[in-house]
Amino acid sequence: MYLAKIYVTLKPSVLDPQGVAVGAALRHMGYKEVAGLRQGKYLELRLEDKGLSVEKAKARVEQMCAKLLANTQIERYEFSLTKERRSPRP
Amino acid sequence: MRFAVLEFPGSNCDHDCVYTLGTVLKQRVSLVWHEKTELPAGTDCVVVPGGFSYGDYLRCGAVARFSPIMQAVFSHARRGGLVWGICNGFQILTESHLVPGVLLRNKGLRFLCQDVHLRVEPSDTPFTGSVLPGVVLKLPIAHGEGNYFCESDTLKRLQDKRQIVFRYCAPDGALGEAFNPNGSLAHIAGVINAQGNVLGMMPHPERAAEAVLGGTDGRILFESALEALATP
Repeated sequence: MYLAKIYVTLKPSVLDPQGVAVGAALRHMGYKEVAGLRQGKYLELRLEDKGLSVEKAKARVEQMCAKLLANTQIERYEFSLTKERRSPRP
Repeated sequence: MRFAVLEFPGSNCDHDCVYTLGTVLKQRVSLVWHEKTELPAGTDCVVVPGGFSYGDYLRCGAVARFSPIMQAVFSHARRGGLVWGICNGFQILTESHLVPGVLLRNKGLRFLCQDVHLRVEPSDTPFTGSVLPGVVLKLPIAHGEGNYFCESDTLKRLQDKRQIVFRYCAPDGALGEAFNPNGSLAHIAGVINAQGNVLGMMPHPERAAEAVLGGTDGRILFESALEALATP
């Protein structure tokens, strides 16, 4: 199994009112050092690895990001892809 | 004229549109489930209604854009057929790249449910043919993500090509941040594609088509579309 860890973030030029509100909340809580906060998304995507090379898997994840997971007009994405071992025994 | 109103899981203005088109305006109208792959034969105008398609998961409209019926909508639009996205329908059309831009979370973060004033901009569209530019309409909005945004080169193109159809304004038509409910760039409430047949707008004309519902300004837009369809 492959595991892709995908981060989707707003481009710096796009206003993030939620991030601003959460950052302001932290400052109100006394964390005066908070200078900014941008909110994004983290996705974990698992892919069957049978017959899928790492390169091919990366290309597929890239496509999924560009087509659906991020809106590239306002968002950026990056991801890492690792091969997962069998899930550990409970 | 024949209208097709799309229905996605989570649409909630679909029946309002059917009522306005069928009962108030006496047009032929069908509800079309999103899993269908074809529009009813002879469809003149597709309405993509408001609501919360797919629960707004991931991004508003992002999942609905991949519903099977959308391929038929893309073909209809390519042939020059009218497509009208209202509220979540506008979000679906931006995610589909049928109209430029995106709709972000409202600047004030709150879901807004209120009447707004809209200035009809100088733009030659089938949806506003019966309205003179500068006329102010009063229509309701109901959205959490209506904050229109696009890159500066896109905004310039929209302005140069007169693709901005509606702007939020004061009752007298003046623009100002106080009258921009959601922080939209350049006060934009509705835009049309370059070809001039696909309109996206956040306000709800279908909720303002009868006096008993508090206003009839929305009806003017439906009547314009009917007139445009009647004149080949």
